[in-house]
Amino acid sequence: MNTRCQQAWTAAATVCDPEIPVLTIADLGVLRDIREDGETIEVVITPTYSGCPAMNMIALEIELALDRAGITPAKVVTVLSPAWTTDWMTEEGRQKLSDYGIAPPSRATGRRALFSVDTVACPRCGSTQTVRIAEFGSTSCKALWRCEACREPFDYFKCH
Amino acid sequence: MASATIRVAATPLVRYVLRRADDALILGHRLSEWCGHAPIMEEEMALANMGLDLIGQARALYTYAGEVEAEGHDEDALAYLRNERDYLNLLLVEQPNGDFAATMLRQFLYAAYADPFWRAMMASTDPTLAAIAAKAEKELAYHLRHSAEWVLRLGDGTAESHARIADALTALWPFTGELFANDAEEAALVSVGIAVDPESLRAIWQSTVSETLLAATLSGPASGWMQAGGRNGVHSEHFGHLLSELQYVQRLIPSAVW
Repeated sequence: MNTRCQQAWTAAATVCDPEIPVLTIADLGVLRDIREDGETIEVVITPTYSGCPAMNMIALEIELALDRAGITPAKVVTVLSPAWTTDWMTEEGRQKLSDYGIAPPSRATGRRALFSVDTVACPRCGSTQTVRIAEFGSTSCKALWRCEACREPFDYFKCH
Repeated sequence: MASATIRVAATPLVRYVLRRADDALILGHRLSEWCGHAPIMEEEMALANMGLDLIGQARALYTYAGEVEAEGHDEDALAYLRNERDYLNLLLVEQPNGDFAATMLRQFLYAAYADPFWRAMMASTDPTLAAIAAKAEKELAYHLRHSAEWVLRLGDGTAESHARIADALTALWPFTGELFANDAEEAALVSVGIAVDPESLRAIWQSTVSETLLAATLSGPASGWMQAGGRNGVHSEHFGHLLSELQYVQRLIPSAVW
């Protein structure tokens, strides 16, 4: 990656997920590549959930971030393959999530059985005595859980 | 004002992609009709989330269908500007929401099919379909689990909940034959590894459905008359009403954008 591309990466990597503002798109693994097409800088991103409404916002924020950094012309390119997975979240990202009060996603360990139960540690007290309240939470990527030890409800970033 | 209706240059691949896109759009639209009406807050969010997943899948599929067709039709044109007979979704997904039991059973019958469908599609020789499948497969696994849990809870619940889901099963069952319908046009795509052979999904669907129904103390209907037509644009009477809602803004103000 040349200097201009590296500068573009640095600028794009400051963009945060609008729903989870502690995570940057680099932490999430959404920022895939920076390449040049002639004069144009192309920022390659990959969507998380198929219907995640944050993706439009993220693309707009990237364009603004590059514009602020004086890197023009630039455009955002979305690629579908390889498909994003929560395993691409960085260690730093997982720690930031946990500090923010959201339990990070379990490492993918193959497919769930139809009525299987996940084990999720409470991001506040670390107890694994937790129960799922709702499979579908406030955003596509989250489920709602409760800790039976400290009694606090918390969000869990679902495996994808 | 001139009609905004588009004509699609429907090659077999375009039709194949549109069929799946229409399934996702129409079921997603049905789920969106629940907004503000779900029985409890958690289900309000679950129905909206599943609808959002499906509409997201539809967007990716319509965009790809438009690229393959190469006539300048984007996702919105394909979603909003066709006439009733040009939509190719399964009859199952256009059936009205009914009560919560009917909605959850419809979701279950579809997810038990779509989850293995997308898993098989991940091996498609078409890289875009394989990439869309890799996302959809994970999302459908959640839909399947959630809806199966409700089939269990309602079937093995009270006399009232059991009666309601049993009625829904009787009403929806005749639309499940179409899931596995063979089609000469699709068979050509199957033979080159682009498409999934519907027959290959039948056994896994039957096993998921019969295990869940058994656990839910529901008796599976005897196989009988199966209604088909949606895959070729011949819809049930509910579909025109659905489209009049879905297309309202685009028909009123053609080319309106957000």
